[in-house]
Amino acid sequence: VRVLLALVLILGLAGAAEPKASLPDIEDEVMCVECKTALNVSTSPVANQERDFIREKIAAGLDKKQIKAALVDAYGPAVLAEPEAKGFDLSAWLVPGALVALAAAGVALMARRWRRSGAAAAEPAGPDLDPDDARRLDAELATFDR
Amino acid sequence: LAGITLQGVRPRLYWPITLAAAALVGLLAYGLTAVGTDTSLDESLAKGKRVEAPVAELPRLGGSGMSSLADEKGKVVVLNVWASWCPPCKSEMPLLQRTHEKIAPQGGVVLGIDTQEPPEKALAFLSEKHITFPSLRDRDREYGRKYGVSAYPETFLIDRDGRVAALRRGPVTQQWLDQHLTPLLKEQA
Repeated sequence: VRVLLALVLILGLAGAAEPKASLPDIEDEVMCVECKTALNVSTSPVANQERDFIREKIAAGLDKKQIKAALVDAYGPAVLAEPEAKGFDLSAWLVPGALVALAAAGVALMARRWRRSGAAAAEPAGPDLDPDDARRLDAELATFDR
Repeated sequence: LAGITLQGVRPRLYWPITLAAAALVGLLAYGLTAVGTDTSLDESLAKGKRVEAPVAELPRLGGSGMSSLADEKGKVVVLNVWASWCPPCKSEMPLLQRTHEKIAPQGGVVLGIDTQEPPEKALAFLSEKHITFPSLRDRDREYGRKYGVSAYPETFLIDRDGRVAALRRGPVTQQWLDQHLTPLLKEQA
């Protein structure tokens, strides 16, 4: 029981600890505010300043979430690569979802129409042949088998 | 697929699809215009027309509270948009500081608009360069966009009536200041 309790305690502490922030982990989620490219591929003076700012915050012991909040405070919300899920930026999240839903509805609609037209085509074209005509047809077809 | 047209779509679906498409086009148009550069100031000045300078309450850099261009009413203002990470801004700072000292007794002021950087970086830069003219903080460049700012540095001369009289998209020179600022200082409100 004691061993189990110790294990639960260790696992609990490990789960509660915030992972240490690193520059590469943050760089790909942040934009260079002037060049409008991801920070990890930007080399402009403002990008260098942003990297210095992140390094200083890491050295000060801030976690990733706190550093991103500090970046927004310093450079504005445009510094985040992912738009915020509020205000006009919310449309960046809603519009792709709405388009996918619209496309799925369109495909479902078309599929239903195709299925209906397919079923209509599979129906018999007319009434069965009468026995005399059927015999004549068999006789004609038999000539081709010779 | 080639045979499928909107004619086959039920009438009750036609309008929602049309409205959704129109909304999407509107959204794209807004996105394109929102990030575009406003050149209306340049066009007005090219016609010799002075236009009302945009005004906004902004935080004072290195101070408390808010301030705006309106607080300098009656003065000739050299509104300079800068950032400490911008090499040409660094180069023109000594000239702007000298200009500020020169025009202050004549009812003029240099007002800096620091943009897109942490205040502590901006303040360290001002201290290093011994800059004493006041600056406001335009964190998102929202204020700069009203002047059509697209690069740094950019400078706007505001007359005593609060109108934009000249602009420079790029570093200022002594010659440009002599040509545009000197006559402006002689004007009365």
